[in-house]
Amino acid sequence: MPPIIEVKGLTKYYGEHTAVQDLTFSIDKGEVIGFLGANGAGKSTTLKILGCVLLPTTGDVVVDGIDIARDPHAVRRRIGFLPDQPPLYPEMTVGRFLTFAARLRGVPSGDAAARVAEAEEKTATRAVHDEPIASLSHGYRQRVGVAQALVHRPKLLILDEPTSGLDPRQIVEMRETIRALRGEHTVLLSSHILSEISQTCDRLLIIDQGQIVDQGSEEDIARRLRNGAAVSIDVDVAGAPESALTVLSALPGVVRATVAKQTGGVTSLRVDTSADIRAQIARALVMGGIDLMRIDRGTGRLEAIFLQLTEHKDLPQ
Amino acid sequence: MNATLLITQRELGTYLRSMTGYVIAAILLLVDGLLFNIFAIGGDDKLSATVLAQFFFYTSGLTMIASVFISMRLVAEERQTGTLVLLTSSPVKDGQIVVGKFLSGFLFLAGVLVLTIFMPLLIRVNGKISLGHLAAGYLGLLLLGAAAMAIGTLGSALARTQVLAAIFSGCMVTAMVLCWMLVRVTERPFNDVFASLAIHGKHFIPFQQGTIHLRDVVYYLMVVIVSLFTAVRVMEARRWR
Repeated sequence: MPPIIEVKGLTKYYGEHTAVQDLTFSIDKGEVIGFLGANGAGKSTTLKILGCVLLPTTGDVVVDGIDIARDPHAVRRRIGFLPDQPPLYPEMTVGRFLTFAARLRGVPSGDAAARVAEAEEKTATRAVHDEPIASLSHGYRQRVGVAQALVHRPKLLILDEPTSGLDPRQIVEMRETIRALRGEHTVLLSSHILSEISQTCDRLLIIDQGQIVDQGSEEDIARRLRNGAAVSIDVDVAGAPESALTVLSALPGVVRATVAKQTGGVTSLRVDTSADIRAQIARALVMGGIDLMRIDRGTGRLEAIFLQLTEHKDLPQ
Repeated sequence: MNATLLITQRELGTYLRSMTGYVIAAILLLVDGLLFNIFAIGGDDKLSATVLAQFFFYTSGLTMIASVFISMRLVAEERQTGTLVLLTSSPVKDGQIVVGKFLSGFLFLAGVLVLTIFMPLLIRVNGKISLGHLAAGYLGLLLLGAAAMAIGTLGSALARTQVLAAIFSGCMVTAMVLCWMLVRVTERPFNDVFASLAIHGKHFIPFQQGTIHLRDVVYYLMVVIVSLFTAVRVMEARRWR
């Protein structure tokens, strides 16, 4: 099956400034791809090019077999684009706005109402159908932004920072909305929030200073970097974690072991490892006479990957 | 309904749902009414045709000013608020966006101009005016308004903010008005060139006096076409920016 997006040597200059340089990647149909990079890394520029809002300086971008430079009109019919700031007309009601967006994307007037209802269903915005957009909360506005992107049933959905500015509950809801789109649409999702990418996407494209620095699943990238995993452990050492740290440091495969938190007698440790050695860690701690309360895959693996790939950058949120 | 008409319909709705449109309409009607009472009707006795010509003269100036203010938001506001992406990422040509927006501004202006009809009707109460004169004058106002609106659309496409758009458009329209004044202080062939370029004067005075010349109609249509064509090119160029 041919990829839905094929990018070769994509470069974009803003005057003297190079926004993206020589990007090459492809995305298969039905995938949910995370486009990860720090602020200013070139994510939004790349997504605007894929969304046919901007044209590349050089390079080839083919969407569903169509070159965006040759027939951007045909490409735009196949994509739904949510920019970092949802493009909403505050004076319109949600229903009118979505109908306008659907008609603009070529949905026949007879089908528009059904498509709007479908988009509202998928994004849980049916309840605000008759509300003016100006009166909506930030979370609802973001959802309406997603609804306008998918109202014409595009093959490819491009979502730039869809959870930007949302509170934790709204982030969870948005994540569920995006997960529900898997399969029906190919989704390209950008974010600088690592946990969001980790929990939503099948594959990552990591961009830094306008260049793709790595791509693949989280596991693949971690394996390539020999940065196996981080392991999170709770041990009961009565406030004296040195014995546990000693046991862990002596284990082959442990890169670093540090105390993350101490609450009463329970100490939380973070262990950076070169591979997934949770079983060996558990055995060593028990053999060392240390009460193991919990052992888990650390949540910091993606952070570690990101830091390693973009060493000169600050860790994003 | 095609994309151009969809955009026109939405934009027109924005004028009618927001205060801006009503404020511009109210100011135009108020100032036009005052000028009509003070200068056109007031003073010495005049022929009805002269009063009507003066009404069209004052209304033409206000039409140009209103066009600049109506058009300033067309593209610049959407760029400012980030909603332009909705249009530029949709399967809509830049030409359809520009023409749709221009048409909305023009139709709104036309609606406001229709509301000024009560002033010529007041002349008719106490005098006699020809319907031909009335029709020619309003055709002139509509053509002048269309030309100024197209220039305004270009200004709005060029500018990042509405204020800048108003300044750009105001400067362009003023420069084209000043061309008529330059006619008086320059020799041939320059005065002929300035007269041909002037948005008012040579091209509007015949309408004001009830005469329609094909050359004046063509002039105004050319201003519309050239301005909108340039606005489309500006929009396209921004994708390469």
